[in-house]
Amino acid sequence: MSIVTVQLGQCGNQIGFEVFDSLFSDSHCSQGLCSKRENEAYQASCKERFFREEKNGIPIARAVLVDMEPKVINQTLSKAAQASRWKYGQHACFCQKQGSGNNWAYGYSMHGPRHEESIMNLIQKEVEKCDSLSGFFVIMSMAGGTGSGLGAFITQKLQDQYSNSLKMNQIIWPYGTGEVIVQNYNSILTLSHLYRSSDAFLIHENDVVHKICAKRMNIKQISFSNINQVLAHQLGSVFQPTYSSEGSFHYRRNPLGIYSLGPEFVWSLFTTLLIHAFLFLTGDLMEHLVPHPEFKMLGVRNIPQMSENSLAYSTFTWAGLLKHLRQMLISNAKMEEGINWQVRPPLSGLPPLGKMSVNKELHFNTSIANLVILRGKDVLSADVEAFKDPALYTSWLEPVDAFSVWKTQRAFNKYEKCAALVSNSQFLVKPLDMIVGKAWNMFASKAYIHQYTKFGIEEEDFLDSFTLLEQVVASYCNV
Amino acid sequence: MTQSVVVQVGQCGNQIGCCFWDLALREHAAVNQKGIYDDAISSFFRNVDTRVVGDGGSISKGKISSLKARAVLIDMEEGVVNEILQGPLRDVFDSKQLITDISGSGNNWAVGHKIFGNLYREQILEKLRKSAEHCDCLQCFFIIHSMGGGTGSGLGTFLLKVLEDEFPEVYRFVTSIYPSSEDDVITSPYNSMLAMKELNEHADCVLPIDNQSLFDIISKIDSVVNSGKLGTTVKPKSVITSGAGAIKKQHKKPFDAMNNIVANLLLNLTSSARFEGSLNMDLNEISMNLVPFPQLHYLVSSLTPLYTLADVNIPPRRLDQMFSDAFSKDHQLIQADPRHSLYLACALMVRGNVQISDLRRNIERLKPTLQFVSWNQEGWKTSLCSVPPVGHSHSLLALANNTCVKPTFMELRERFMRLYKKKAHLHHYLHVEGMEESSFAEAVSSLSALIQEYNELDATKSMPVQDVPRLIVAV
Repeated sequence: MSIVTVQLGQCGNQIGFEVFDSLFSDSHCSQGLCSKRENEAYQASCKERFFREEKNGIPIARAVLVDMEPKVINQTLSKAAQASRWKYGQHACFCQKQGSGNNWAYGYSMHGPRHEESIMNLIQKEVEKCDSLSGFFVIMSMAGGTGSGLGAFITQKLQDQYSNSLKMNQIIWPYGTGEVIVQNYNSILTLSHLYRSSDAFLIHENDVVHKICAKRMNIKQISFSNINQVLAHQLGSVFQPTYSSEGSFHYRRNPLGIYSLGPEFVWSLFTTLLIHAFLFLTGDLMEHLVPHPEFKMLGVRNIPQMSENSLAYSTFTWAGLLKHLRQMLISNAKMEEGINWQVRPPLSGLPPLGKMSVNKELHFNTSIANLVILRGKDVLSADVEAFKDPALYTSWLEPVDAFSVWKTQRAFNKYEKCAALVSNSQFLVKPLDMIVGKAWNMFASKAYIHQYTKFGIEEEDFLDSFTLLEQVVASYCNV
Repeated sequence: MTQSVVVQVGQCGNQIGCCFWDLALREHAAVNQKGIYDDAISSFFRNVDTRVVGDGGSISKGKISSLKARAVLIDMEEGVVNEILQGPLRDVFDSKQLITDISGSGNNWAVGHKIFGNLYREQILEKLRKSAEHCDCLQCFFIIHSMGGGTGSGLGTFLLKVLEDEFPEVYRFVTSIYPSSEDDVITSPYNSMLAMKELNEHADCVLPIDNQSLFDIISKIDSVVNSGKLGTTVKPKSVITSGAGAIKKQHKKPFDAMNNIVANLLLNLTSSARFEGSLNMDLNEISMNLVPFPQLHYLVSSLTPLYTLADVNIPPRRLDQMFSDAFSKDHQLIQADPRHSLYLACALMVRGNVQISDLRRNIERLKPTLQFVSWNQEGWKTSLCSVPPVGHSHSLLALANNTCVKPTFMELRERFMRLYKKKAHLHHYLHVEGMEESSFAEAVSSLSALIQEYNELDATKSMPVQDVPRLIVAV
């Protein structure tokens, strides 16, 4: 089953390129640490998921590139053409001449309706080239005008047109100390609109990834290229193929939703579809990670984080990695360094520690649902029991429903062992609260509002967005 | 990719414009080695087959045949424009895109605005429409003029209203040269005051510049470059005032060096829109981010570095120095001290081999030394363009919407009042049809209202930042 990626705006296109590049490099990596058959199954699954075949053999990314001005798309296409290992479809781009000017209202109210037909047509064409569609990735930033405004509009249209397919938005949160002055306005408008039409958002904060580059990867002069590569690594470690169940050798067909079980080979389409139909199990992943529409914000953590040079000199145990990952989860650590080991889950049987205040330091990060993905040597021996502790979760889901684990022996990106955690938890409450706070302060002074009302976004729309997001913050705090 | 049209009005406007086109050609020649007419060049130049007579000569792709500037040159006396057309840049300008007269405006805003405005309205419209037709997607008009004279000030601001009516969707960026306190034109306060009202009402964004600051910067460069104090030598082409290597060979006029600084400003402003980079910033993003309220659209600019040392390896300390300098009052293009006033918004446009971590590090470092308005504590807009200016490995343009622009306006008002109270020279203006004393009164009240807005913002400077109480929702 395939995923169609929509890359929006400068950020979306720059990241999209790195993601496809990372997925491709990994799938063709010779150090898979597994048998040849496993490696081939992995490659085939990755290819079907993210690429399609062309007659002369160079794989084509299943992607649609959208931007309101041409420079970035041109750059992205030429980068892919230069590397010559994979490429973008010839007619997969939509471009205009003048950008959105960092104006959410312009992206949403002007560019959206004006170009809806052309963009949706491009997406439809890409969807038709999939044997079966799993869903959509929409990669966008929140701070600018195109990714944020046009992104919100397109996600809504995807919801209307493909209501049965899953939509996951990869959203980039800007640096706290400003990349764009009106970024907080653009962010609240984006998030509130996406909350109504997306299935889940996978959120990456520039500040966090920057710190990972600085502290863990030891990069001296960090460029957006570095940041995007770390991001791509995180995403790849989540979305590359994994086994559908313990002990079987066949890759999960649907990365976003339904599991499949079965002894047939992955590329025998008919039989696997059949098996799909008969052996549909409960365990729809999205349903588990997003059990309630009020809670859609997902964060990613991965471990180990280190530069390629250090890789050769390090060995890890699953026990060690999982212990760190679990502590990162419960102490809300953003990266593998400076983890606060003081934080402990509340003793079971006792009531939870009361309403979370956004300012409390030692707060324990309660989860709604978690997914752990393990890749590498001896993965079958990895013990994830500690993640099933009910104390980690809210009371309304049983840990067996709130926690899932995917595994594969095949190593990712030359990491002998690596673990990723996709978590629906209180990870993002504080950053969201800060953005809402700053936007609110600015809104109170009415600064910049004239730029939005010029294109049809009124003060009422702002208020609606604030209300929705305050609700989200409160809900997460009360978990 | 979008296009911009430069409208240069009056002696000052045309002289600066000339320097701008010279530098623009130099920059594109350095970047575009293969001579292919691409999107970047098309933002300021048309590609024309000069053998074709009339309008049909535009070539949109392929090799560069003959570049024509997207410019309209306006002056009410012929001297300056004629000199340009006889000079080395004569082939760059389309001879049909000129409007000239003989007698000049006599340093009288009313003559420029009312008399010549009415006389040449149709012609101006026609030339502007022509230049717009030659554009695939016109985004911006850059108007260059001085405030103190008659043509640039009067006719230049008349233009603004015309542009607003005819091309409401296209941005109007105005580069205005404000008179220094020792300006030799006696009526410059009148002209500037009357022009200010027009700028307040019809410009999207104004970059005020004054000659004194430009002169100080030049003196500073000269003293450093010629003193021999530095161990290493300065790269000659990198000096921000130099036209070395360009078509114009020498600095014949005293203002040339100063004009080059302004030309550099305009090039750097548009660099991220023309060239690629990891964080692009288009022209429409400038007003989106830097103009929080429609009337407060005056941006103080500073350019660094002013020269580059021959040392190729730039240690981070020197890079950081570039950022620090951008906020020092010696580098601002008007007499202003942004550090000690209140920031409403600030944009940093970086060119060259600078990455996001350098930018972030410097913002973190400089933020505590600057005061931002309470509702925009992190009011930074940043852009990274990969292509550096000619002769430099990196450069920074800082645009600040800051209350430090207030003293310039207050001084202007004061000089105006000194003249106006005595009714000195007023009859020259009142003689012109359409001018009345109320025109002056309105201009003063427009400026006073603007100053009052800045005063109110300044008053919030010392107050502690309090968060506005948030919405309370039921869960």
